[in-house]
Amino acid sequence: MRLMSKPHSARELTGLLKAPTGIVGFDDVTLGGLPAGRPTLICGAAGCGKTLFGITFLVNGATLCDEPGVFMTFEERPEDLEANFRSLGYDLNGLAAAGKLIVDHVRVERSEIEEAGEYDLEGLFVRLGFAVDRIGAKRVVLDTIESLFAGFTDQAILRAELRRLFGWLKERGLTAVITGERGEGQLTRHGLEEYVSDCVILLDNRVEDQIATRRLRVVKYRGSSHGTNEFPFLIDEDGISVLPITAPRRNLAVCNEIVSSGIPGLDAMIRNGGFYRGSTILVSGVSGTGKTTMASHFVNAACLRGERCTFFSFEESAEEICRNARSVGLDLHAHVAAGLLRFEWARPSLYGLEMHLARMQRDIETFKPAVVVIDAISAFRGPAGDVQSILLRTVDLLKSSGITAMFTSLRSGASRDEGTDHGLSSIMDSWIKLVDVEENGERNRILYLIKSRGTSHSNQLREFRMTDRGIELIDAYIGPEGVLTGTARITQEARDRAAADQRERESNRRQRQFARRREAVRRQIEELEAALQAEEDEEAMLLGEDELRDATLKSDQAARAIRRRAAE
Amino acid sequence: MTSDAERLDEGAQEAGEDAGHYYLRLYVAGHTTKSTLALNNLKRVCETHLAGRYEIEVIDLRENPQLAAGDQILAIPTLVRRLPQPLKRIIGDLSNTEKVLVGLDIRPKVACP
Repeated sequence: MRLMSKPHSARELTGLLKAPTGIVGFDDVTLGGLPAGRPTLICGAAGCGKTLFGITFLVNGATLCDEPGVFMTFEERPEDLEANFRSLGYDLNGLAAAGKLIVDHVRVERSEIEEAGEYDLEGLFVRLGFAVDRIGAKRVVLDTIESLFAGFTDQAILRAELRRLFGWLKERGLTAVITGERGEGQLTRHGLEEYVSDCVILLDNRVEDQIATRRLRVVKYRGSSHGTNEFPFLIDEDGISVLPITAPRRNLAVCNEIVSSGIPGLDAMIRNGGFYRGSTILVSGVSGTGKTTMASHFVNAACLRGERCTFFSFEESAEEICRNARSVGLDLHAHVAAGLLRFEWARPSLYGLEMHLARMQRDIETFKPAVVVIDAISAFRGPAGDVQSILLRTVDLLKSSGITAMFTSLRSGASRDEGTDHGLSSIMDSWIKLVDVEENGERNRILYLIKSRGTSHSNQLREFRMTDRGIELIDAYIGPEGVLTGTARITQEARDRAAADQRERESNRRQRQFARRREAVRRQIEELEAALQAEEDEEAMLLGEDELRDATLKSDQAARAIRRRAAE
Repeated sequence: MTSDAERLDEGAQEAGEDAGHYYLRLYVAGHTTKSTLALNNLKRVCETHLAGRYEIEVIDLRENPQLAAGDQILAIPTLVRRLPQPLKRIIGDLSNTEKVLVGLDIRPKVACP
């Protein structure tokens, strides 16, 4: 069979037909899906998602590609399968009723079978053929055919029959998925890869540092190119999704638009009045400095602008964040209800690093937010190199999607150094550092804007306070006494105010004194002027009297003269 | 199919196992040498050990493929002992008479002391 398939695949190298699985990401990795009309081996240890892969392949085939399928299970009963996959929204019974799917349970019970002479597995062929013909199936899943090895003692017959079965599947042009348990030193326990050589996919669920990460690798794909990496994949309420970590597109259109931080005082510190859209902002600080509150302001502002936001929280739950935000006057609940804000909460230890990135990527691709908050990147634990690589890729992912992102990072209280923050601070566009200053028996929060690329910004620290109307930035007291915050700032300000009052009073007093002196001089001037006036009046009066006397004298003389002339 | 089988099973329990009636089904797929051989071997064994208290039903899956699932048939030929209880399966052409007898539970007590 292997010899026969070689020229066959070579002929089809250019145009190998593919059967899409409908599994997000997987069809990208395999450039279209599984090889149509050929068997594919899916191998992996127990609990890797082999059965889910098979069921998804059939359900999507039936619903999306109009290709009915037969699921032949050697392990689980159809009732169990139905119940298990109902939680994923797969209606196996409904599909079966619609003639799109047949689930056939093949029970192999070694203890019930006695072997007495020659036999073959024609019964299996009959059952499969019957099911395929009944609904015109194009897809077949055998899960997992290795159970047969436990049911029959004659391995030679079994192997010959399996070889015949895979040949038969190919002959009938069925796209088949055969699952197999991972074996020691080989892909499957019973060497199924010997029979299925067209396409082999390996599923893996590795545990590192007590955290399990699912990975998928296309081991071989005859006649087609494919992604060769190990791709993380998710199994959650939406089924399987594989996440090809694509190369970041660095030649991005940069944006000059400004987005507000949601805190007026902070915007005022930046010349442009906010951050560039599509930039990344790091908020670092020790515990309790208000990183999450700052992030809440940021998403609140974005939601008020009508933009979608995703809040990836690795510490607090969505409810806690909303409640805490309400205490500073932010109603995040309303944004959630309006469908603008979505919280994605996960414990860092819930998944591996790859898985977190994968989930974030999926969430971002489905929700398409304009603003993303990741709170807090310091929650990721692992080898420093791994963490840094994941965070770099997260930044790349966000930047390539043009998303404005705020990362918060917890710095350990002991080290006051500038903190490498997983080496992330250098690739961040803006860096806000929150510090709490402890003195005079109180803690005060101080904010530094360490950098903000592409815009001039204040180099001064600000004290910030959380009020019931949100975060308020206050210019910290900078004077001869040094930089003061909190009550020290308040008392110093009071002292300054008192001194100013004192100065004002002093100056008022002096002003009054001058006024008084001016008044005294003016009074003196008035007195002198009055004396002068009196002198002048006196003088005028005397002069008048003299003139009168002269006139009288003259008139008397004239009168006498007249009288004298009359007497003559 | 299943309900028939259950009724048969219940009947067997009511009749008691001492009745010793054997109800056997032989599944084959077409007239192959193996199936012919199996049927002949079965008839021989039954005539020798169960004369008069057995019944053989031959089911050809080529003609009735839908019946394969009911008795969980994979291997061909398969002999199913539906009665007496419990249900037993013997696969192969039944050429090994010793194993057939053990499989059908026909003379275990004689063999064991």
